[in-house]
Amino acid sequence: MPSVLPLGDPAPADGLLPPQAAAGAQDRDFCLYVHIPFCSVRCGYCDFNTYTAKELGSGASQDEYAGTLNAELDLAAKVLPASGLPRRPLSTVFFGGGTPTLLPASDLAAILGRATELWGLAPAAEVTTEANPDSVTPESLQTLAAAGFTRVSFGMQSAVPHVLKVLDRTHDPERVPQAVRWAREAGLHVSLDLIYGTPGESVADWETSLDAAIDCQPDHISAYALIVEEGTKLAAQIRRGEVPGIDDDDHATKYELAEARLAAAGFGWYEVSNWARTEADRCRHNLSYWRGDDWWGAGPGAHSHMGGVRWWNVKHPAAYGQRLSTGVSPAAGRETLDAATRKLEHVMLQTRIIDGLRTQELGPQGRNAVAGLIADGLVDGPAAFDGTVRLTLQGRLLADAVVRRLLED
Amino acid sequence: MSPMARTAPVPAATDPAIIRNFCIIAHIDHGKSTLADRMLQLTGVVEQRDMKAQYLDRMDIERERGITIKSQAVRLPWELDGRTYALNMIDTPGHVDFTYEVSRSLAACEGAVLLVDAAQGIEAQTLANLYLAMENDLTIIPVLNKIDLPAAQPEKYAAELANLIGGDPEDVLKVSGKTGMGVEDLLDKIVRDLPAPVGNADAPARAMIFDSVYDTYRGVVTYVRVVDGELKPRERIQMMSTRASHELLEIGVSSPEPVPSKGLGVGEVGYLITGVKDVRQSKVGDTVTTLNNPAPESLGGYADPKPMVFSGLYPIDGADYPVLRDALDKLKLNDAALVYEPETSAALGFGFRVGFLGLLHLEITRERLERDFNLDLISTAPNVVYEVTLEDKKVVTVTNPSEYPDGKVSEVREPMVSATILAPNEFVGAIMELCQGRRGDMKGMDYLSEDRVELRYRLPLAEIVFDFFDLLKSKTRGYASLDWKADGEQVADLVKVDILLQGEQVDAFSAITHKDKAYSYGVMMTGKLRELIPRQQFEVPIQAAIGSRIIARENIRAIRKDVLAKCYGGDISRKRKLLEKQKEGKKRMKMVGRVEVPQEAFIAALSSDESKDKSKK
Repeated sequence: MPSVLPLGDPAPADGLLPPQAAAGAQDRDFCLYVHIPFCSVRCGYCDFNTYTAKELGSGASQDEYAGTLNAELDLAAKVLPASGLPRRPLSTVFFGGGTPTLLPASDLAAILGRATELWGLAPAAEVTTEANPDSVTPESLQTLAAAGFTRVSFGMQSAVPHVLKVLDRTHDPERVPQAVRWAREAGLHVSLDLIYGTPGESVADWETSLDAAIDCQPDHISAYALIVEEGTKLAAQIRRGEVPGIDDDDHATKYELAEARLAAAGFGWYEVSNWARTEADRCRHNLSYWRGDDWWGAGPGAHSHMGGVRWWNVKHPAAYGQRLSTGVSPAAGRETLDAATRKLEHVMLQTRIIDGLRTQELGPQGRNAVAGLIADGLVDGPAAFDGTVRLTLQGRLLADAVVRRLLED
Repeated sequence: MSPMARTAPVPAATDPAIIRNFCIIAHIDHGKSTLADRMLQLTGVVEQRDMKAQYLDRMDIERERGITIKSQAVRLPWELDGRTYALNMIDTPGHVDFTYEVSRSLAACEGAVLLVDAAQGIEAQTLANLYLAMENDLTIIPVLNKIDLPAAQPEKYAAELANLIGGDPEDVLKVSGKTGMGVEDLLDKIVRDLPAPVGNADAPARAMIFDSVYDTYRGVVTYVRVVDGELKPRERIQMMSTRASHELLEIGVSSPEPVPSKGLGVGEVGYLITGVKDVRQSKVGDTVTTLNNPAPESLGGYADPKPMVFSGLYPIDGADYPVLRDALDKLKLNDAALVYEPETSAALGFGFRVGFLGLLHLEITRERLERDFNLDLISTAPNVVYEVTLEDKKVVTVTNPSEYPDGKVSEVREPMVSATILAPNEFVGAIMELCQGRRGDMKGMDYLSEDRVELRYRLPLAEIVFDFFDLLKSKTRGYASLDWKADGEQVADLVKVDILLQGEQVDAFSAITHKDKAYSYGVMMTGKLRELIPRQQFEVPIQAAIGSRIIARENIRAIRKDVLAKCYGGDISRKRKLLEKQKEGKKRMKMVGRVEVPQEAFIAALSSDESKDKSKK
């Protein structure tokens, strides 16, 4: 999640949600996101809410973190029924960071255990943790699998040392296939995260990374264009001219290359930056974000959503811990979306995924725009005739522009 | 030392023999206003404590730019050899765009003070006005100003002046408006050297209008010089060009505040108030007579102001169109030369095509509109007026490139100017190169002094309206000065260059240029637009074309990527807000066909890169 919190309305100290949150909840999946705000090293491009051990003072230590986080889960278990939401088993759980695997596997297991106690897991629930290739061992992965984790997502980023160096990633690329193998042996599904368009990365470098990722035979691959966020070390390096800037055309070339390589290796896209071997391998947790399901985001800076109510926690782990220790909701702000805004978000999110958007959900102007988008090669023609706006490859690269055209009034 | 006059002669009862009418011809910063202020002080018409620096320049913009746009006349009493004289100092506009107004001010005088900075020497525009004064048989009093400056070279420039007007360098007066040195001598010399006005007191009244100013409280104030007869209050007067008559509500003299009088007689200079609200009803150069006893013939020399340069003015915010219309209506009250009519541009929306006397006139008008009426404006590239003859002999007057006829053109005539350039002789080569590049025809060259040269060229007006003066200045390290006046027209090989965005013509960018320059205009404009227009979802060819022939082409490549890679739980609110902002931003785009063009692109493409500070010619 980005480090800068949005502007919103204040959230109440008891964490209670407005009535809108409960409406229609029975028809939506319920998910849990757990934020682990720790990293051993801060990467130059990263603007996520994460801290190295040194940056954190007392009251926010890694040792106490599982306990603090469980306190928020306990709070959630009270707030949700008090706000009129039904008790629903968790369909997915996702541990992200930071580097969740910097915590002992037993801590992660303990948090998952508390969540299971409070809500239960739905049949075939998806439970994922992000991990750095160099922060796992065969034993830790076995522990996670035994505790109920079903999936691990490794931050591989690149297979090319000079690219990893610009990204400040410390792992040895040789470590990735090994970690994938250990995860498989533990019975976990595996996803690899890649980043393309890093300053200094050639097209050949990117091909090397894609091939290396495919060679690991994961079930799922995410490939993200590098975003240079303001306030990061990388942004400063580019501003000072120490490393070259970002070139959107280079990103486009590399995206097209990713699609070609991954498709040839049997991976199908299902979201702008995500490919899976089969439909069952898609990340259901992330799909829930795009489909507008409900999720509770626990941890400092984590975002939550329930029925058109979005809220977010205070950012700093110390402030977060302090609030929970005094029984106050860690929510820092929230927004209650009106129908028009929910519609806009629906178009914005649904367009990004392979399911696409039903044309009948669009206004007359938006429906008119579809013809132009087909003519421009951005929207799939046959799918549109069947009533679905689905992006073509070119459309995926221009998804934001497509959304703007669909929303024109 | 000449004492301050004890009793001033009374208007309407002043013997022409004790009247002296003069003006001051000077370059922009050669100290005319300071000298005039000093004269006001010395003659006692303005008390020391009331002295506002440069009293005669009323408007703020004029004071800021140090230029006088509107002339006024001040009556100054001055005693010499026991006799009190009435001196009328007629202030002249100091810019090339207002040559006609200058000529009328000169026609109201018997003499002129030629004021030249002793550190800089004469400038082109001063020289042009000097020639104008000499053509009108005015007596010239050469004066070097600022002799208190360390850089002053009075001997050198006295020789230059003597060389120009004939006479002895010893006769050139040396003054300092700043310290007052020599100013009394100058006033004495004006009385001694200038002829008194001559006219027939018994003939029907004839007075020439040399200025006309709109005042919010009083309506139009008309400044006149009486030639024959007499004008009296409560009389009905008649404008001889239009035969319109008005009651004379008030008549008087400025000294320098208006003082009503019992009338104005032969040779006198003063003001009239009739209650009219528009300077067009009281035109500079017109002859005023009385309705009861009209003069059979006017004084002659009247000409309607003729706009030379046209530009489209558009509000950046289309909703400001009514504000712009009202603002132009207001400015028109005080500017008889301002002409405009509504115009619609496919690219810029609703605006006006406005005619100006020249570029300074354009800039001052635009600045007033923006400052006094709080408008943000786009002005299209200035262009001149073309007479286009079609093969069927029909003649079309084109003030806007987009009106250029599509049919078969047999001939195009463009306005010409004769230009005078003064510069140190080391720059002659650079100036000749520039003028030749602008299709100039050299008419002559003279040395004003050992190292200063006067070059005379006949040039198409179109070649000097855009960036000529800036280039002249930069090629001569700021030393050259320029003056021009209209000088007929010529047949020229002109073409209209259109700019097309994705095949769609953008009217605001069309230009009429000489055939030889069409290509470079096309390359320049397509190149500029390629930089200014953001990439779109499709390729956008930018073409320059003459008719259907493409002469230059650039391409804006299609944008290939416009998607945020990540959009997870915590990104959604941020991304939605970005989307809403982008939708808002789109409203500020002008659509040319399917191409979104930001407003800023129009402004940047239409402004010359070095268009700053071209006003001070």
